[in-house]
Amino acid sequence: MSLLRLRNLSVEFATTGGRFRAVDKVDLDVDRGDVLAIVGESGSGKSVSMLALMGLLPWTAKVTADEMTFDGHDLSKLSARGRRRIVGKDMAMIFQEPMSSLNPCFTVGFQIRETLRIHLGMDRKAAQKRAVELFDLVGIPDPEQRLKAFPHQMSGGMNQRVMIAMAISCNPKLLIADEPTTALDVTIQAQILDLLVKLRDETGMGLVLITHDMGVVAETAQRVSVHYAGQKVEEQPVRPLFRAPHHPYTSALLAALPERATDKRLPTIPGVVPGQFDRPKGCLFSPRCKFADDHCRKVPPEPRGADLGLARCHYPLNTDERLAS
Amino acid sequence: MDHALSEEVETQVEKRPGRLREFWFYFRENRGAVFGFWVFVAFVFIAATAPWIAPHDPTEQFRQYTLLPPVWQEGGSWTFPLGTDPLGRDMLSRLLNGARYSFFVGIVVVVVAASGGILIGLLAGFSPKWLDAIIMRLMDIILAFPSLLLALVLVAILGPSLINAMIAIAIVLQPHYVRLTRASVIGELNKDYVTSARVAGAGLWRLMFVTVLPNCLAPIIVQAALSFSTAILDAAALGFLGMGAQPPTPEWGTMLAEAREFILRAWWVVTLPGLAILITVLAINLMGDGLRDALDPKLKRS
Amino acid sequence: MSAVTTDAPNTTRPQAGPVVTAKGLTRHYEVGGGLFGKPKTVRALSELDFELTPGRTLAVVGESGCGKSTLARVVTLIEEPTRGDLSIDGTKATPDAWKSLRSKVQIVFQDPYGSLNPRQRIGQILMEPLLINRPQMPAAEREEKAREMLRLVGLRPEHFDRYPHMFSGGQRQRVAIGRALMLEPEVLVLDEPVSALDVSIQSSVLNLLIDLQERMQLAYLFISHDLSVVRHVADDVTVMYLGRAVETGPKDMIFDNPQHPYTKALLSATPRADPEAGKERIKLQGELPSPLAVPPGCAFAPRCWKAQDKCRAARPLLDGATQKSACFFPEGDGTASPEAPKS
Repeated sequence: MSLLRLRNLSVEFATTGGRFRAVDKVDLDVDRGDVLAIVGESGSGKSVSMLALMGLLPWTAKVTADEMTFDGHDLSKLSARGRRRIVGKDMAMIFQEPMSSLNPCFTVGFQIRETLRIHLGMDRKAAQKRAVELFDLVGIPDPEQRLKAFPHQMSGGMNQRVMIAMAISCNPKLLIADEPTTALDVTIQAQILDLLVKLRDETGMGLVLITHDMGVVAETAQRVSVHYAGQKVEEQPVRPLFRAPHHPYTSALLAALPERATDKRLPTIPGVVPGQFDRPKGCLFSPRCKFADDHCRKVPPEPRGADLGLARCHYPLNTDERLAS
Repeated sequence: MDHALSEEVETQVEKRPGRLREFWFYFRENRGAVFGFWVFVAFVFIAATAPWIAPHDPTEQFRQYTLLPPVWQEGGSWTFPLGTDPLGRDMLSRLLNGARYSFFVGIVVVVVAASGGILIGLLAGFSPKWLDAIIMRLMDIILAFPSLLLALVLVAILGPSLINAMIAIAIVLQPHYVRLTRASVIGELNKDYVTSARVAGAGLWRLMFVTVLPNCLAPIIVQAALSFSTAILDAAALGFLGMGAQPPTPEWGTMLAEAREFILRAWWVVTLPGLAILITVLAINLMGDGLRDALDPKLKRS
Repeated sequence: MSAVTTDAPNTTRPQAGPVVTAKGLTRHYEVGGGLFGKPKTVRALSELDFELTPGRTLAVVGESGCGKSTLARVVTLIEEPTRGDLSIDGTKATPDAWKSLRSKVQIVFQDPYGSLNPRQRIGQILMEPLLINRPQMPAAEREEKAREMLRLVGLRPEHFDRYPHMFSGGQRQRVAIGRALMLEPEVLVLDEPVSALDVSIQSSVLNLLIDLQERMQLAYLFISHDLSVVRHVADDVTVMYLGRAVETGPKDMIFDNPQHPYTKALLSATPRADPEAGKERIKLQGELPSPLAVPPGCAFAPRCWKAQDKCRAARPLLDGATQKSACFFPEGDGTASPEAPKS
């Protein structure tokens, strides 16, 4: 049985213009030791679905799911208290902006020791010892000195390491990393990604990597789930996804990458992600899809079989590749 | 080649709610604010139409009816629904006309304080460090005085009258606008659109008033609403101390002061003006809170 | 095909020489100090030489703190260089000449949400540069030019009266590009123009930039940290580290045969969107030093895997013919050191 299992997860927000569906019937599975990348553009609901899982959404959000289990616990039935016991301990999350994720008023050492005291009930001495160990583990040089530093005294990369140290301090079974390297420089990004994968190898935790960067996905993930306008449109292991995407959106997204360009002029996807007020009736991608016909515009497609990458498409691409491989 | 240039043309037109509707959506969420808003509307209506809706002239003395109680008490009469004061003037008419003065005080004080404060704040935000420091320390000095005390001193210098009281209150309230404007100006100055206006060659005046100022207005509007009530309160206080509007002006604070000695004998001559001040100030403060909720993007949920 | 029918301005430009020449461009900031204590000097930009040529793109690459943004502010005449010469169209860009040179250099910023004034309509945003710089132009002509520009950057006429918040990031970036082009500049500084955009939008904005360059023979100064984008749009590349150019040359030479170890590390650290490509990543130790305390000698030496005593003592100068690099022990061409740690 998988570590995390989501079925039919939907999240709706109450806004000025009525209800807005940010996540639409998403299914996800994550196993121990898995690296799942969730890819999508802004507005694809990739972060919202994970925040819903953690119970971190504001009260205007309404979360519904057929199934939402983590490590045998049914998250939708847990009380706020019971959920807090899991979130942060067995299931941890790191965010894009390491600077604003840490409290600027306290030293990083105080913040990590506090986590250890609250979740593991450690005393001062044990917490200090463990904090030094953790800093060592995430590759922060001179941990004892660094524990005394305030977040603003360290660089973005160092702060992200601190965040990771805090996230793994309770040996979580699942680590969700929401755009962990977007705010960092390339050379630092490489270090952080290596660190995350190394930690996964050592602790066997599941890793969910939310990102928009196809390069990061290609180098880090095992499985990729592509999201568009709140829906999961395709899921495949990383190599076949890059070799033979089944959903036209995935295919267009890959083609639009400058490094895959064959011509000075790049292939583009016309139009924008549908917002709250222009959500199409049929397939959500149909207004921008070059293969769309009337059927696509009228009838929303259901996910296809696993051999077609669970693609939400009436006319999946690269169907021959499936036979060949 | 032209294809690439025109491709975004196909995007659909978005139908999103207008700014006003969005504002009302957030404002409406705060019930107290909506209540305050309607009370304020009633207040404005009364202030505008007081001479026509008041049953009597506010200064006319009915000598045979002094200290008549309100209509629901024994001895009350429908001719004077809220009773009369020691000189036989109709309380209701005086209260209705008092709204005029309060509204007038609020508007004038807010306009004077805000326009002066915004100008100085803009100047401080754009000026070099030393001038900025001088301006802000000066404002700190004004803020260091208890506001009513400073207003009293100013009125003592200028002489007691409603106009002088308003000037004094405006001077006391001004530093709040200066600080607020300067803070938002400094925040906005770092944004790219200001740099882009500079690259386009915009001069200092254009940067100040066309580019930056309109983007700083939201917090200033909230402050204006809140200081409207402060102005009414301070004017009433000055009036009560005899330093504001002079009798027989039906100003609420002055009415309170005149009736002080009758507190025990005739509760209505003191309580009613007090209530009028309380309700007006409370309503405006509630409305100001709602405005802040609706205008402050940081508090917006969506 | 009808998006651009009228001739865009500046189609014919007589000279083919550089429009912008920079020699030894340096910008230092004094920070801190206050009442007590000595102010410190941030060496944001040191001794940079470059030329911008019509119709060509010079990409400036580097990580945060390398002086990219300072360079943009100096070239767009917002800040005066501490030392060095900047000349635009043969005129030396001293503050006295700024006003007359303003319309020749324009800028597009990274964040399309912050770079448009939220209280102005698109039409006003486009017309403002004309209103400031050509006040004698009749209002009707101004509006006509703005509408024409709207079409040129691929937006619709009815967008003229809308506010920026009604647009998506890509559309806003088109407006920002349109505004920058209103004064018919010769040079466009592009400060990370696509890094805030989604991939699908990014490609269409890049296409627009490429088209506009061909059409108007613009010189681009393209500032970016994204090497895959740079590889696509640049003609020449300058790699910067802590305010100094460490390597400069034609794009192909830099990407195929990097000579400076930093360039090499930067290239290998950039993730490639190909899971089947072999990963040979050079892991850089440590982080960028603070620009307040640039190490003596080669600034990259503390992170370099082959730094020697010589590197820590003396600063290498840019050296080479077409591809110049500032390193005592350059990579590539068989001179590479064999023991580069791979991960």
